[in-house]
Amino acid sequence: MSTLLSVRDLTMRFGGLTAIDDLSLEVPAGKITGIIGPNGAGKTTLFNCLTGFYKPTVGTLRLAHPRRGELRLEKLPSHRVARDAQVVRTFQNIRLFPKMTVLENLIVAQHNVLQRASRFSLAGLFSLPGYRRAEREAVERARTWLERLRLTQFADDAAGALPYGTQRRIEIARALCVDPVLLCLDEPAAGLNPRESAELNELLLYLCDELGIAILLIEHDMSVVMNVSDHICVINYGRKIAEGTPDAVKNDPHVIKAYLGEDDEEGVMQAYDETEERAS
Amino acid sequence: MSTVVFAHHGMTPAERLRDAGWIAFVALILGVPLIGLTTVDVGGRLAVDTRFGLLAVAVVAAFAGRLALRWAIDSLRAHKQSKARQHTADTLSSRARTLSMVLGWMALGVSIALPIFFSDNRYVVDTATTVLIYVMLGWGLNVVVGLAGLLDLGYVAFYAVGAYSYALLSTQYGWGFWEALPVSGALAAMFGILLGYPILRLRGDYLAIVTLGFGEIIRVVLLNWTEFSGGPNGISSIPRPSFFGLEFTRSAPEGGHSFASFFGLEFSAMHRLIFLYYLILVLALLTHAFVSRLRKLPVGRAWEALREDEIACKAMGMNTTNIKLSAFAIGAMLGGFAGVFFAARQGFISPESFTFSESAIILAIVVLGGMGSQLGVVLAATLLVLIPEFGRNFAEYRMLLFGMAMVLIMIWKPGGLLSHREPTLRLRDPRAKAATTEGAQ
Ligand SMILES: Nc1ncnc2c1ncn2[C@@H]1O[C@H](COP(=O)(O)OP(=O)(O)O)[C@@H](O)[C@H]1O
Ligand SMILES: [Mg+2]
Repeated sequence: MSTLLSVRDLTMRFGGLTAIDDLSLEVPAGKITGIIGPNGAGKTTLFNCLTGFYKPTVGTLRLAHPRRGELRLEKLPSHRVARDAQVVRTFQNIRLFPKMTVLENLIVAQHNVLQRASRFSLAGLFSLPGYRRAEREAVERARTWLERLRLTQFADDAAGALPYGTQRRIEIARALCVDPVLLCLDEPAAGLNPRESAELNELLLYLCDELGIAILLIEHDMSVVMNVSDHICVINYGRKIAEGTPDAVKNDPHVIKAYLGEDDEEGVMQAYDETEERAS
Repeated sequence: MSTVVFAHHGMTPAERLRDAGWIAFVALILGVPLIGLTTVDVGGRLAVDTRFGLLAVAVVAAFAGRLALRWAIDSLRAHKQSKARQHTADTLSSRARTLSMVLGWMALGVSIALPIFFSDNRYVVDTATTVLIYVMLGWGLNVVVGLAGLLDLGYVAFYAVGAYSYALLSTQYGWGFWEALPVSGALAAMFGILLGYPILRLRGDYLAIVTLGFGEIIRVVLLNWTEFSGGPNGISSIPRPSFFGLEFTRSAPEGGHSFASFFGLEFSAMHRLIFLYYLILVLALLTHAFVSRLRKLPVGRAWEALREDEIACKAMGMNTTNIKLSAFAIGAMLGGFAGVFFAARQGFISPESFTFSESAIILAIVVLGGMGSQLGVVLAATLLVLIPEFGRNFAEYRMLLFGMAMVLIMIWKPGGLLSHREPTLRLRDPRAKAATTEGAQ
């Protein structure tokens, strides 16, 4: 499988604090790569570097875009990472456009396509056919994702007024409307109940198997990350401490130590088994 | 237990007493020098006298007043919460929609008919024209503040740019109103971008302060650059707009017609006033159509998204720089148009018309109207122009009344007069949806 994103020697410092320390990582195309690690390990910071919100102190981020060739993400401003490199993210603390409706959220995500079709708003102002068609298509695309994520009934409600789990799904639907090549999800299962996380599993597999979207998944919910990931990378204190298939990672002594301290060697498996039981 | 019972009132009785106690204490501290001690004239010499009785009364009044105020605010809030719970979001929004529709059409009807009923009342037509100028300014600023969420305290600068552009173009180069209008609008838009560029990274309070400064810079430049702008004397004898080439003069120019002679009317000064009224009405309606349409286009949705969450905008691949600049440019252009009309109507402008208090009033109109609401701007502009007018009878209490009215409105409706937001597009027809939910009940 070809490599989609390759992170080389990435370091991110905030003053004296090194949030990411010489991290290298390969993200294969069309697969799900899990990123786990304790709180404060630097996972979100990695996403912020990837998506242009932080400029890495050191390191390169090469994206082998299927149509546009190699792009250096660390050199792009955040909006171009999403627009040109099609690397789209969600946020650990959901960031919707709360007063706008769910449908509007998904239409705003298609801003660049629509803005082009509206020709600096002129075609839009006079509602020319070309613009009308583009808008119809945008609504159709939004409708498809709304249906896929069981959000149709909320389409015309203000996004900020909906339950937490629903908002998580909206954020994913909105990211999908940007048409990502690489989708970066920051703890998408946080706050979901077991049934919702099971649905999330199914969705992630669908996106990657059917649509060929590569997914980078930060997740604490082991029932999600262990079940769907093809490959997992474990970070602690900004360093990669282990990498491999879910099974390999689960049994890696470094990982167990990072999660549970020196003594308790069985804890991580226990915690995992418990979440498994809860989910089923 | 009591905390639970009073949870939705915000405060327990003990907390209220403590709160009122603090206020009384502050009143006491302030009151000792202000009320408690006074100087009296004793045989030509000043002596200090004490009025502790009066002080006690004042402190007690402060205590009781604070208790009453808190109680009133809390019960008002509780009342509103219980009301909000009664209505489901759906019926509320469909009711708000019909209400704004009805209000909107009524306002349009009244504004068209007004000069017909008051064709000989100069005061009414003049005041209505002023209201419409503020409506137009409010709609322009609504783009920047209400939609894009960029707090702009220097909006009057663009109003000034528009006004001075027309004044200079017409008096120096003999341009007519209609030629100068687009050019002045474009100039104002350019100033909007010019201001927008350096403050792209600023948000909230910082943005407000810099825009305020910008507004003042423009005014101070106009005040001091005498060769260019006439300085404090301003620019006078600015030509009035004509009615398709027909001037509103008493006597027709040689070989031509004036408005009155062309239509065979008796000359009346009211003709021009009514014409100006309809002119600003048309300009305002065009502004409204323009802004409402923009709101439903990608650029308008991007403005609102920017207001909601700038970081999320970037994550969606939106170039927030361009979005902000477009909001500043469009807002400034509309302000410029209003400025052109203002100059043409007054015939005389000076920097005094473009002080910070104008910016504050326009901003108050947008906030009071309910950020982003077009109809809210109309209501707020009407109120803010009319309250001081009615207040004329109260002479020096006028501004006090004005301030009180604003405070009361903000307590009564913290989100503005019309805070309901209409979605820019829907998946389903709203009426069909209302019908299905009603059927389900
Ligand atoms: N903008 C910032 N400024 C300073 N420190 C930061 C910043 N962003 C993250 N950090 C620090 O970097 C470390 C990693 O944080 P983060 O990436 O959010 O962890 P997590 O793995 O839980 O997502 C934390 O110690 C955090 O405090
Ligand atoms: Mg995190």
